[in-house]
Amino acid sequence: MAEKQFTVIDKTGIHARPATQLVSTANQFKSDIFILHKGKEVNFKSVLGVMSLGLGMGEEFTIRAEGEDAEKALEELENTLQKEGLAK
Amino acid sequence: MKILQGIAASSGISMAKAYRLIEPDLTFEKQKIEDVDAETLRLDESITASIRELEAIQQNAEKELGGDEAAIFNAHILVLKDPELIGPIKEKIRTDKVNAEHALKETTDMFIAMFESMDNEYMRERAADIRDVTKRVLSHLLGVKAASPSTISEEVIIIADDLTPSDTAQLNRKFVKAFATDIGGRTSHSAIMARSLEIPAVVGTKEATQHIQDGDFVIVDGMEGTLIVNPTEEVIAEYREAQQKFAEQKAEWAKLVDEKTVSLDGKHVELAANIGTPDDLDGVKANGGEGIGLYRTEFLYMGRDQLPTEEEQFEAYKKVLEGMDGKPVIVRTLDIGGDKELPYLELPEELNPFLGFRAIRLCLEEQEIFRTQLRALLRASIYGNLKIMFPMIATLQEFRQAKAILEEEKDSLMKAGEKVADHIELGIMVEIPSTAVMADQFAKEVDFFSIGTNDLIQYTMAADRMNERVSYLYQPYNPAILRLVKNVIDASHREGKWTGMCGEMAGDELAIPLLLGLGLDEFSMSATSILRARSQIRNLSKLEMEKLAEKALELGTAEEVVQLVKETLSE
Repeated sequence: MAEKQFTVIDKTGIHARPATQLVSTANQFKSDIFILHKGKEVNFKSVLGVMSLGLGMGEEFTIRAEGEDAEKALEELENTLQKEGLAK
Repeated sequence: MKILQGIAASSGISMAKAYRLIEPDLTFEKQKIEDVDAETLRLDESITASIRELEAIQQNAEKELGGDEAAIFNAHILVLKDPELIGPIKEKIRTDKVNAEHALKETTDMFIAMFESMDNEYMRERAADIRDVTKRVLSHLLGVKAASPSTISEEVIIIADDLTPSDTAQLNRKFVKAFATDIGGRTSHSAIMARSLEIPAVVGTKEATQHIQDGDFVIVDGMEGTLIVNPTEEVIAEYREAQQKFAEQKAEWAKLVDEKTVSLDGKHVELAANIGTPDDLDGVKANGGEGIGLYRTEFLYMGRDQLPTEEEQFEAYKKVLEGMDGKPVIVRTLDIGGDKELPYLELPEELNPFLGFRAIRLCLEEQEIFRTQLRALLRASIYGNLKIMFPMIATLQEFRQAKAILEEEKDSLMKAGEKVADHIELGIMVEIPSTAVMADQFAKEVDFFSIGTNDLIQYTMAADRMNERVSYLYQPYNPAILRLVKNVIDASHREGKWTGMCGEMAGDELAIPLLLGLGLDEFSMSATSILRARSQIRNLSKLEMEKLAEKALELGTAEEVVQLVKETLSE
């Protein structure tokens, strides 16, 4: 299992387009990946789930990956978040 | 073979297969099912087919519209692959033993409700995406074809009840050869769009969608306003010949591209074009436009989900100004409301939108929108010959207020070190009778007038131009209209100012002689009408037309005016 906490740094939050990008990335891995926010836990492979969190600027969330490629998945998602200036 | 009659809205002749752009019927009944596996398979197949369709649309959109527009289809594809959506639908089929249509609708409705209840406006709008995706899968489940105009890949004639700006934005210009609609008139969106795309259109046929099926071969005659469905070989040959003649006529007019628009007795008038986007400039140049008489900026605001930024607007205005290479460009500030809505502004619905909160009324109230546009215009002003006009001015007070806001923005830009052109002519649209009557007072303060006849006629005659039952009152040649036009032109000339016209009337063959006689200085029309108008004016004498106009002003009815003009022209 791999887990890491992030803070949203994009003014407009994690809206549709970045959510699409992140979910596409998550879909490349076998592991079960979750995103945790304010006591809610949603499937990171669900674009509706990720969007429904409505993550806004300054909000914290945690990514948790469970499975054979968990480490790699977390690493890739972190890359995408940083490259797009979404969260750190 | 069947012949349908409508209103000739854009000239030319086209023939191709029909493509019906019509909302499909997606109603269904909730049903109990026995075979869960078969129902699940039906769902899977419809989803796969929808994804394939979306992939094709996405690729096409990327090519034609660019990455930004295409991204939305990526999101749609992911929604269809979303385990949190598909899982519950299948679960519902299994446990409730209901048909896939019902399970799909129930589940997506839940998500739609969830997104609609979110505080964030942007997220609320995502509900529309889920609705879109649901419709697509439903259409596959029900075996009805959902129109997806962006995937058209062969020459077609679009058949529709009416075309909205968002419909036309999705159309691939390369393949769309003509429009035919059930409703609308010469000034409806589909008609204006067809003229700017230079394709023939017949509108107001009342029953085109009823009689024309997908794949029917259709001839659209944009001069006579007729549609011929599944014509015989003979008729096709006849129309091919007419098409050829029209092309020859156009070639004849094309010789006038670089000629001046001068009457027989030496009076020069300016023939300008109405445009909606910078893409229309090619048409203006090809048709010898001497300027832009009306740049409808609302297209920048339409077909999207938020206001355009100052930067986006600046780029568009700069492109048009540079493209016209020093020739005058009259930009009309935002004219939204009436039949042109912006869903994302969330304005309350009005009983009488044409008499309501629109155009300058909205801009003076929602000043941030207005100021953003004015800043973009002022910054672009150094790239060409910019003139600005305000739409729907009813009182001098409104003009003074709008002008003051412009001055404020100009001062603050200049203080910030931005360059702005020294003198930008400032005018108003004359489309409200109060303004036409008070033209003498306005003329002291504005630099020019541009008469918007579409609205001026509808407001003067108190007849909704979208209502077919009162369309007989849309009378450009009514002496009441001519007298108002004369009043405006005379008032401007007395103050050393000038008057243009940017409504449909300015390009009308029967109106041009009268307008020339009344002393109109600038005629702004669809680019495709310019050469015909130039050829006509070069054969008219201004002095003779003055006499004609004088007589027309003394007549009692529009019919008498038409008869007089026709007689005079045939002499």
